[in-house]
Amino acid sequence: MRRLLSSVSIAVIVAAGLLTACKPPELTEAEKKTVASLSLSALPPLPPDPTNKYADLPAAAAFGATLFFEQRMSIDGVVSCATCHQLDRQFQDDLPLAKAIGTTDRRTMPLADVARSPFLFWDGRRDSLWAQALTPLEEPREHGGNRTFSAHFIKAHLADRYERIFGPLPDLSALPANAGPLGNDAEKAAWAEMSEDQRQAVNRVFSNLGKAIAAFERSIVHEKTRFDRFADAVTVGKTPEGDAALSDEEIYGLRLFTGKANCIECHNGPRFTDDHFHNTGIPAVAGLPEDLGRETAVKQVQSDPFNCLGAFSDARPEACGELRFMVTSGPQLTRAYKTPSLRGAAGRPPYMHAGQIKRLEDVIDHYVRAPASPSGKSEVVPLSISERERAALVAFLKTISD
Amino acid sequence: MISNWRYLVAIIGIAAIAAIAFSKMHMAPPPSELDLARSKPSEKGIYAVSIDPEAGEVKQGELHNWIVALKTPDGKAVDGAKIAVDGGMPQHGHGLPTAPQMTGELGEGRYRIEGVKFNMGGWWELKFAISAPQGDDNVVFNLVL
Repeated sequence: MRRLLSSVSIAVIVAAGLLTACKPPELTEAEKKTVASLSLSALPPLPPDPTNKYADLPAAAAFGATLFFEQRMSIDGVVSCATCHQLDRQFQDDLPLAKAIGTTDRRTMPLADVARSPFLFWDGRRDSLWAQALTPLEEPREHGGNRTFSAHFIKAHLADRYERIFGPLPDLSALPANAGPLGNDAEKAAWAEMSEDQRQAVNRVFSNLGKAIAAFERSIVHEKTRFDRFADAVTVGKTPEGDAALSDEEIYGLRLFTGKANCIECHNGPRFTDDHFHNTGIPAVAGLPEDLGRETAVKQVQSDPFNCLGAFSDARPEACGELRFMVTSGPQLTRAYKTPSLRGAAGRPPYMHAGQIKRLEDVIDHYVRAPASPSGKSEVVPLSISERERAALVAFLKTISD
Repeated sequence: MISNWRYLVAIIGIAAIAAIAFSKMHMAPPPSELDLARSKPSEKGIYAVSIDPEAGEVKQGELHNWIVALKTPDGKAVDGAKIAVDGGMPQHGHGLPTAPQMTGELGEGRYRIEGVKFNMGGWWELKFAISAPQGDDNVVFNLVL
């Protein structure tokens, strides 16, 4: 009888233990604080952009939307910003490498809350949204245009709308149809033959196009997800209900994300990014030129005439802290790329700066294995996690994509 | 004998379940004895150094300024100093995400350090290399975000 009682009591204890294992413990106060820090509700209002005095002008944003979808701004008449930044696909294109007139060396980045990034592109080679928006216009594999081509197009087709925002267009009648400092040899030669005043006048028009596109892109923001509804309930002490109630597996994944797997080290804050650049040992792509990431980009952003400190920026130098206090040398820059936001990531494979990794599960596998970087040194250390833990991380990542 | 065997299995099972259910899976927290003082003597004792963020609370991910105040051990303000800034996260083996600089001498031994950013939560070090007529000295402050 006594033995029977002992057996029963052991069974009860084991059953209780199993129940505890299945039902995750309540979030601690520290965990609740972390959860709140990741919620979209913790995102402060979009700060002004001192480099772009048109950034919050509705007419500029509307004009920028027109330009964003304008195919005639490309040399072949069929490429617009929306060719790669597709409206119904989180403003990206699902391809490993962006395709416009040609194929680029990088994956198209999504645009939600892009206005909050201090540096643009995977390597941060531009320091404002408007400076970024100009780059594809004169990149041969994207729009393939050039500076006088863009100015002539505006004069011919959108002069009224331009002038209502930015004032009179300069006289372009004596300028070559195609000229720019980054074009083919003929375009470069034509640009060099223009007077300094003519070049600056065209640069002014060109920079204003970027500022209008940026004003439009400032309106592209993240939408709340299941995780945000969960976080908002937890933060005010309510029990999450409906789709805000994350499953035990999703909560387990959240704990791994913020704990053992330490994804939060870089993917932190409401946008799940630290806006910084890291070498995470992502493999090189065969056939593409050597890519050193941030190491090359710091020189590019410093020499960009459209940067925060340049003649076309509306900012005072004091407002250019990100550029002035940027790290410009050191081994940590080699093959360092921007931490992308993980919001919506589950719905937009492939992953990494050149689409090297096909599935979310493979991304986790990459961080578990932590392979050496093709050049420079990876910051990632190998991780020991079970199959169940991998699945839980994926389950959590889907809660910031639904 | 059978009973003892059952006890053993049960105890191991419960221990394993408890370990799964209650394990804290966070990265190493900052050392508990970490000196978080914002005022301290420099390493060789040449200066008494105080630091404060210029605009209140420091927020993760935001570029911000610090004010460094330098005094001699007997309380006299140190003017004409040059301060170089370094730092990082000792537990992660990386430096600061930005390259902060001393950009202004504000008088009364106070200096502005611009361009500081902490892009992650956790233990950060801010290191100052001070060079002034009184001599060269270093000081390291710990911050936990």
